[in-house]
Amino acid sequence: MNRCMSEIRPRPGVFELFAGFFVVGVCGFGGVLPWARWMIVERRKWLTQAEFTEMLGLCQFLPGGNIMNVTIALGSRFRGVRGAVASFLGLMTAPVAIVIGLGAVYDQYGGLPPVRRAFVALAAAAAAYLLATALKIASPLRGRPLAIGVATCTFVAIAVLRLPLQAAMPVLALGSTLLLWRFRT
Amino acid sequence: MSTLAELAMVYAQLSLLAFGGANAVIPEMQRQVVDVHHWMSAHEFASLYALAQAAPGPNMMVVSLVGWRVAGFWGALVTTGAVAAPSSVLTLLVTGVWYRFKDAPWRKALQAGLQPVTAGLIMASAALLIHSTTVDWSAAAVTVVTACMFIFTKLNPMLILGAAAFAGAIGLAG
Repeated sequence: MNRCMSEIRPRPGVFELFAGFFVVGVCGFGGVLPWARWMIVERRKWLTQAEFTEMLGLCQFLPGGNIMNVTIALGSRFRGVRGAVASFLGLMTAPVAIVIGLGAVYDQYGGLPPVRRAFVALAAAAAAYLLATALKIASPLRGRPLAIGVATCTFVAIAVLRLPLQAAMPVLALGSTLLLWRFRT
Repeated sequence: MSTLAELAMVYAQLSLLAFGGANAVIPEMQRQVVDVHHWMSAHEFASLYALAQAAPGPNMMVVSLVGWRVAGFWGALVTTGAVAAPSSVLTLLVTGVWYRFKDAPWRKALQAGLQPVTAGLIMASAALLIHSTTVDWSAAAVTVVTACMFIFTKLNPMLILGAAAFAGAIGLAG
């Protein structure tokens, strides 16, 4: 399991893992990925860039939050289950506390017209941000009609027909894998 | 079944379906929270999503916020734990065997097959969110203008979100 780890760099302890990911959680406005990469590769040098990219690839391939999975994969690689738990708690503690604080503030003042209007506009912009992210994620599909067809089917199944994801996901994932494998270039 | 148990069930299931992260399961989360369990309206769900965007941390934060809204502090702990536990256990197990199957053809095929599905899921999330945030013409205008800024400029996303909220607060939009 530790095959790819460099022997030269020091192995972080449980507390260091917590502290490192705590900083990532606090800093990660508008997405934690850039901060996680900076902390792991540049600041603490726990992994090389290549090792990080490979770990991220695995974590994107698995279900669950990508960086959340990175805390588990990296923590367990250095310090087993305890390391995974410490990294995860480091990442999540501050953001969960902050978001609940924001929720409480919104509950208190959300009825005021300027606050309410601000939130209507913020919600519209947040949805637009997700649209821009979706386009970025879909951009590697350009020029691949089969992949675009699969993405369109997925979109229609979920957004238009509103099929339950538990039923649709296995069919879509398996169908897509077989189809793209059969017609691979 | 108690509300906490229902929250745990809903989010534990979402955990293993979240290929591509939390954004891929927003439609299913909304379906469960709004249509199946009637915990809140679609508009309220979209507001919580927006609030979560304003907080730092992974884009899972809407999960904690929904839990908090439905069942207070324990609700937030239960949804956050439930969405994390199944996928984390899977990650823990899979990292052990990952390098062994690095070049296996089935793994590459599965990865290639999941890519367009993930893209379609996140596009569906965006469409459904836009559907529930577009409450009037000015909200639609905010969506169009900020979408162009996110796509065509290199401005910091937090700056764009902040500008939209400010424009809304002073009555220019929203």
